[in-house]
Amino acid sequence: MVPPTRGEPGGPSPQSPRIPRPPTGHGGAGGPAPPSPPFDEVYYGQFVSLYMKRIFFVDDSGPPFGHMLLALGGYLGGFDGNFLWNRIGAEYSMNVPVWSLRLLPALAGALCVPLAYQILVELQFSHCAALGAALLILLENSLITQSRFMLLESILIFFILLAVLSYLKFYNLQRHSFFSGSWWFWLLLTGVACSCAVGVKYMGLFTYILLLAIAGLHFWHMIGDQNLSNVSLMWHFLARGLALIVIPVSMYLSFFYVHLTLLYRSGPHDQIMTSAFQASLEGGLARITQGQPLEVAYGSQITLRNVLGKPMQCWLHSHTNTYPIRYENGRGSSHQQQVTCYPFKDVNNWWIVKDPGMQQLVVSNPPRPVRHGDIVQLVHGITTRYLNTHDVAAPLSPHSQEVSCYIDYNISMPAQNLWRVEIVNRESDTDVWKTILSEVRFVHVNTSAVLKLSGASLPEWGYRQLEVVGEKLSKGYHQSMVWNVEEHRYGKSQEQKEREVELHSPTQMDISKNLSFMAKFTELQWKILTLKNEDTEHKYSSSALDWITMDTNIAYWLHPTSGAQIHLLGNVVTWASANIAAVVYMCLSLWYLIRRRRKVYDIPEGAWQLWVSAGGICVGGWAVNYLPFFLMEKTLFLYHYLPALTFQILLIPIVLQHLGDHLCRSLLLKSMFSASIVAWFSSVYFVYCTFSPVTYGEPSLSVTELKDLRWKDSWNILIRKH
Amino acid sequence: MRRARPGAARGGAPRMPAAGGGQAGAGPHGGPLRHRESRRLPAAAPRPATPPAAARPAALALVTLLSFASRFYRLPEPPHVCWDETHFGKMGSYYINRTFFFDVHPPLGKMLIGLAGYLSGYDGTFPFQKPGDRYEQHNYVGMRGFCAFLGSCLVPFAYLTVLELSKSLPAALLTAFILIFDTGCITLSQYILLDPILMFFLMGAVLSMVKCNGCANRPFSASWWFWLSLTGVNLAGAMGVKFVGLFVVLLVGLNTIYDLWDLLGNLSLSLVMFGKHLLARVLCLILLPLALYTAMFAVHFTVLNKSGPGDGFFSSAFQSQLIGNNLHNVSVPEHLAYGSVVTMKNLRMAGGYLHSHWHLYPEGIGARQQQVTAYLHKDLNNLWIIKKPDLDTDLSDPSSPVEFVRHGDIIRLEHKETSRNLHSHQHEAPLTRKHFQVTGYGINGTGDSNDFWRIEVVGRKAGKLIKVLRSQVRLIHVATGCILGSSGKTLPKWGWEQVEVTCTPYLKETPNSLWNFEDHINPKLPNISLDVLKPSFAEILLESHMVMIRGNSGLKPKDNEVTSKPWHWPINYQGLRFSGVNETDYRVYLLGNPVIWWLNLVTIGLYLLITVSTAVALKRGVQLTSELKELSRIMLHGGGQIALGWLLHYLPFFMMGRVLYFHHYFPAMLFSSMLTGITWDALLKFCAGFLLPSTTARKVYGGGFLALVLLIMYSFYLFHPLSYGMIGPMASDPSSPMAGLRWMDSWEF
Repeated sequence: MVPPTRGEPGGPSPQSPRIPRPPTGHGGAGGPAPPSPPFDEVYYGQFVSLYMKRIFFVDDSGPPFGHMLLALGGYLGGFDGNFLWNRIGAEYSMNVPVWSLRLLPALAGALCVPLAYQILVELQFSHCAALGAALLILLENSLITQSRFMLLESILIFFILLAVLSYLKFYNLQRHSFFSGSWWFWLLLTGVACSCAVGVKYMGLFTYILLLAIAGLHFWHMIGDQNLSNVSLMWHFLARGLALIVIPVSMYLSFFYVHLTLLYRSGPHDQIMTSAFQASLEGGLARITQGQPLEVAYGSQITLRNVLGKPMQCWLHSHTNTYPIRYENGRGSSHQQQVTCYPFKDVNNWWIVKDPGMQQLVVSNPPRPVRHGDIVQLVHGITTRYLNTHDVAAPLSPHSQEVSCYIDYNISMPAQNLWRVEIVNRESDTDVWKTILSEVRFVHVNTSAVLKLSGASLPEWGYRQLEVVGEKLSKGYHQSMVWNVEEHRYGKSQEQKEREVELHSPTQMDISKNLSFMAKFTELQWKILTLKNEDTEHKYSSSALDWITMDTNIAYWLHPTSGAQIHLLGNVVTWASANIAAVVYMCLSLWYLIRRRRKVYDIPEGAWQLWVSAGGICVGGWAVNYLPFFLMEKTLFLYHYLPALTFQILLIPIVLQHLGDHLCRSLLLKSMFSASIVAWFSSVYFVYCTFSPVTYGEPSLSVTELKDLRWKDSWNILIRKH
Repeated sequence: MRRARPGAARGGAPRMPAAGGGQAGAGPHGGPLRHRESRRLPAAAPRPATPPAAARPAALALVTLLSFASRFYRLPEPPHVCWDETHFGKMGSYYINRTFFFDVHPPLGKMLIGLAGYLSGYDGTFPFQKPGDRYEQHNYVGMRGFCAFLGSCLVPFAYLTVLELSKSLPAALLTAFILIFDTGCITLSQYILLDPILMFFLMGAVLSMVKCNGCANRPFSASWWFWLSLTGVNLAGAMGVKFVGLFVVLLVGLNTIYDLWDLLGNLSLSLVMFGKHLLARVLCLILLPLALYTAMFAVHFTVLNKSGPGDGFFSSAFQSQLIGNNLHNVSVPEHLAYGSVVTMKNLRMAGGYLHSHWHLYPEGIGARQQQVTAYLHKDLNNLWIIKKPDLDTDLSDPSSPVEFVRHGDIIRLEHKETSRNLHSHQHEAPLTRKHFQVTGYGINGTGDSNDFWRIEVVGRKAGKLIKVLRSQVRLIHVATGCILGSSGKTLPKWGWEQVEVTCTPYLKETPNSLWNFEDHINPKLPNISLDVLKPSFAEILLESHMVMIRGNSGLKPKDNEVTSKPWHWPINYQGLRFSGVNETDYRVYLLGNPVIWWLNLVTIGLYLLITVSTAVALKRGVQLTSELKELSRIMLHGGGQIALGWLLHYLPFFMMGRVLYFHHYFPAMLFSSMLTGITWDALLKFCAGFLLPSTTARKVYGGGFLALVLLIMYSFYLFHPLSYGMIGPMASDPSSPMAGLRWMDSWEF
């Protein structure tokens, strides 16, 4: 019924599984530690299972490429998908190939270390600085924790760094050998890595945009180069356009293509998709709709589904109960039969399309199809009352008209039951009303009100079903006013029924083949982007401001009996140094800039160029991956900061080398500087060792040791009470 | 409706020759005076031989006159409340009555409306209840006239800005005509709204910024100082009307940074001189606006000294200052002590008092114990007694010494009327399922260990006393560790539609879980007057901003509501109904003149194309004639400033979560119109430059310009009933005079 909410995969379990619950089982032997899903593994794990079972799902947290990579691990490990991912800490059963599920993220996380080294080398910094960067990434506890589980951040960071590295390689080749083989290789790899990053998480978009901007800037400099002819400039432009725009877009589409091809069975998230989409999935709506007539005709029996699907999918419904004569607030009603929107399949959801000029409720032979603009009456199948609206305020939305099934009380309130069918997605004005495919509005002929789902749910007298109203001031198009036919059969009077089943052969059509990939893609993409999670509270959620000082942590896992636990906690020294490096970089840059403006050149031009390009990538990468979170309204966690942190860490050796080369002029200063770097590095290593028990989850610590690890009051280290 | 047309024609027709530059001999009058030297060079570009010296003042007078005529025409119609007049007119009345109210916008706009009403003899008695209410004998024309006056000033402002940027009279005239004949601008200027006031300050800021840039060669001259400080004044005005004014502050800020950067690179300027430049800008563009902005709020709080509908949005300490509020001139003991009888107010906006009553939670909703809710009104059931956790000490004994409650103490809260304790346990709360239920428990003050709460003051260390009104307090349930809070959700009928109170296990600091003590009765303590607790002006200023920001972000669209989207706006997709719904009503519909708006839209694309190709050409080192160089400079620099203004006033709306309306686009539309004037002038000059005989070139240039102006006027003639009122069948009816004009299905007039 309800869109899937993050952190509540199992459905019935009322507790958010992200909060470690007091565990029940005991630690298994042999498998990788921990042998039970920590934190978000339960979230991604359910999707891996669905991939294994080929069941369709929608995840609003991002595009499907990352999920598919995780599923690939499961596939290679021979996972059959049978595990109930509903509780953090529930022990993995034997059939879950934990090792291979966690292999890809760990591999990606490990490869980040050489990538960091290479990036610094390509930025023209010394091997010493590059080594420093690689070591800092290596000893960063938060990156280690995050890459050891079935989570997406390490894969995302890997692709981001790969994209940056390949662009730098490409740019360095640009100077002497353009259009060479390796030039093409690195250019194309940039585009591919970018699209993979975006495909794993939408966050990748930030780095993609940054690289596009840098590429644009570099190209702008090329335009000013008078040695290049216009034609070769054009070729350069086209090559970049192909590699950095065309290829990423097509790869992004291909992720969805694979996703939709893999998942062909109907599943738990069907309801949020349109009827047409559902009909394309095997086993769901397709089973019902197969072989039903395509064209709605006079006498058709139909169910009408609201297209919006919010707050839940529902069908136009009526039942014998009437509106109460007086509502609780004293307003009066027409006391006619209730019309609602009902979220379950029910016999009372059936309506018959009737020609106002004729009495019969069956389809004539040949069927007379209903077209756009035709005027119909809708007869409720079970009660045979007519859908009606009139100038009476609706029960919960007093500005709209009440919709009822008309009962003639013989008072001066005539039936107003004529509706004009308007097909919203028509191609021409003579289009026929089609099952599932046509989205129609019902415009009331007397009052030009439009049949609409108001979204409010009725009180007890309406059985908490959803309110349906006639919207008088229809302001433009909104999906709550649009309906489509879902189930459909041509009506036949009872006694003829058996005979006519054989006689009548309706126009049959396999609707699933009618929906193109692009149509499915647009719908799925739109749903992913617009699905909203209502859960805004979580025990370990944090605000973007907390990350920079690491005022928050996330408890990932707690051993069932001992005090062993895993936390997402960074290396405090690295985080602090990275912040200092960023501040130093910005202050120095501003100083240099102002001095250069006054024609004072403190450092040689080459060093300045290096300084600017390195900063553009590292500070730029940090800023684009961090600042947008201040504008986001979703629930944020510390791990969202990791991509930004990676860029910030790369900045540390850059700033250090610059300080050493250009500011430490005397030999004494230089040696003192080197000594302090060594001291600082040892402190990084020391902190790494101190926190490694909560990074790897072993060895288990005593209560006092745990209390000693609580360096900040705001950290939430789990301590058993007993 | 018929009467409107001659008015428009009267305005337009006779002045055509002068305005359009139609007299072929004279050509366009718009030769930039300062650039006369550079103009002589090629014969190609159309330039007038001798521009009449009086052309500019005359043109300015003409556009001003037209602007005032179009804005003041049929101003009193319709004589009833239209659209948001119901808000802003009401707020104007509040100022006249000196009643305190709350609004999400800063006060300047409404203060000016109130002032205009006061000066024009409106007595503030009209209730402005809902749109459509007749004004009857009340004098409303003064307020409308004031807004229309400011709205009329936009046209000369835009005219002068474009003239300064492009040095071309035709460009300025084109801009002016676009704004004069835009039905949307006219409609928006004719009613008691904040928008004309906002746009007045905004355009004023842009004009003075541009003028100040024009004085760059004479820094520190009188006119330079004048324009610079005027920029600051206008910025304060724009910010003081709506927070959207922030965008123009950003525009001016960027311009200033660019300017300073330029000065810094000028090595002939000493650093001392640069420092002077910097200081002057800090003074005029930061300190002056800040001072004015603060002054505005000072006036606001001084004028509004009576209790009114806005009280509940503010803290108790603030409310104690308002005459008529029940906290006014009250005296209470200052520090909280055991045995005190208190009320607790939730700190969320319009949060209620902690409340309980004899009724129980119904069957099936948590434990069947006494309800605890938040209630917005003063009531005896809001009273609680503070007790120590141990039951033995009898605090009612008058001889026992007074013991103060300190930060970190464990306390019990006993409901005075029912003698039950504030209690919580691990049952789910009635509405917010992830929180715990809060109940009243126990008999005559005897309960269990789930009645203990630890009291903590925000930002204090242990052992400090707790102040009435001023201290922000958190109550932590000792047994479960959750925090007492109000979720803001309304309970169903069984809870008397009061607000839900829960105990939240998420330890986040939000106003929902903070409380303060408001009433405080303890006979053993000396009362002090609340004036001692009076918040300082800085605190009031901060508080009112917090409340405004929260109010703004609280304006969220509901799920099934049709809302206006930013991409609708430039294409003029849908307007706003200002007045009248039915056929018999006098209908006014806020919709831009589609010809003008679509021209603006096309021009933005055109501008982008031209600037990109020009920039690439310049970068490639293409040699341009001095004429073209001048044109490209105007396009890149002058046009760039305007285009930046458009972006700054449009793009941020895509990121806003609050409810948006069509009229939010109008500031951006002003920039877009100025860009249209500049771009088409440059484009026509460029095209005419290719024609060899200069007379032909001049004719093409003049002809193109004239065609544009005529097009704009004709479209205004077609669409003017939108602003000046329509009566009769709706446009969807073929018999309506507007039937042929419903070019888009989404228009509803």
